[in-house]
Amino acid sequence: MATTAISTTAHWSDDVFREMKARDIKTVCTIPDGGLTLLLKKIEADKGMRLVTLTTEEEGMGVVAGQWLGGTKAMIAMQSSGVGNCINALGLPTSFRTPCLMLVTMRGQWGEFNPWQNQMGQAVRPTLEAVGVKCFAVDKPDEIGETFAAAADMAFNGKLSAAVLVSQRVIGAKGFGQK
Amino acid sequence: MTKAPEKTTRSQVKDAPKNAGPNQIDRRSFVKDLLQHRGSGLVVTGLGSPTWDLFASGDQPENLYSWGGMGLSVSTALGIALAQPDRRVLALTGDGEMMMGIGSLGVVADQAPGNLGILVLDNERFAETGRQKGLSSGRADLCAIARGFGIAETMLVTEQGKSADLAKFLFTTKGPVFAVAKIAVTEDPWKLPEKDGAAISLRFRQALGLEPR
Repeated sequence: MATTAISTTAHWSDDVFREMKARDIKTVCTIPDGGLTLLLKKIEADKGMRLVTLTTEEEGMGVVAGQWLGGTKAMIAMQSSGVGNCINALGLPTSFRTPCLMLVTMRGQWGEFNPWQNQMGQAVRPTLEAVGVKCFAVDKPDEIGETFAAAADMAFNGKLSAAVLVSQRVIGAKGFGQK
Repeated sequence: MTKAPEKTTRSQVKDAPKNAGPNQIDRRSFVKDLLQHRGSGLVVTGLGSPTWDLFASGDQPENLYSWGGMGLSVSTALGIALAQPDRRVLALTGDGEMMMGIGSLGVVADQAPGNLGILVLDNERFAETGRQKGLSSGRADLCAIARGFGIAETMLVTEQGKSADLAKFLFTTKGPVFAVAKIAVTEDPWKLPEKDGAAISLRFRQALGLEPR
């Protein structure tokens, strides 16, 4: 499937949702993140889709692989801190050669207020790449949809693991009402 | 994997649990008896001994063997069960693997697939790494944990002769269902299936008519 044109919609989650539907992605596993709120609402409201709420992100590696083994396209959406929970688990889709598509909203990366996010946020890309996950970083809202589409097509056509890293620059730094 | 474990009998395990039943079930023959009743069921293993048990019971494409990803057997089986609602799916794992992925029981309860059964072969040991004591040897009650997460149907089996009853529970009771079989600490010959995960998964998908795409 070809990747799509530049966004004309109001929010990047509309673009990602459209690309998910275009590829018949039916299941989204998640530990929620603030940056994913609008997307997760759309998924939950869609009768043809299933939202799988996890207790920890690595479970998503199992569910996504199992979905593919049973003939359904699935993915995981999570915060950058969750990536750290997935590293060993990523050996499962890699060994089975099943697609593992990840949408990651970044923390600890751009104007972060909470320093406890910084270590994992800075380590997301090097750790994912160390275990062979193709990373697609994006920091412009109107490029997220096409970036997601490109990553999804590589993951499902190539049966590989791919992660879209949505910059904190897009999401905005959370200030807890402080300066 | 280069060195076979030393032979240990039940009587030599000095810290054997007091509250866990007799632990006299022989895992290999029990799994084989159980799986005679699988029908068209799909079986997903947790890494280690359950994988060897499944392979020893008879190889077939509907067996999804795992050699890694500790903690993910139930999650993987859940993904398959949701994608294949007309097929029965069994997650066959050990107590250590189950404990590592214990939260996945909460995800199973939430998704509530009617076609999913989970069986924990519980020897209360990390059998592959030297039989170190596991948490199910003490105060933890796996069936109570499963019920606490919201899996209403659970079964504890402590007798070798209950394999047919357990099979009926795992393969026909509306799921999700969860069972624990207290098995003896035994030394069994290595029975190692295919290690290439891509070959295992491709064969599995072919058996479901999903390949070639």
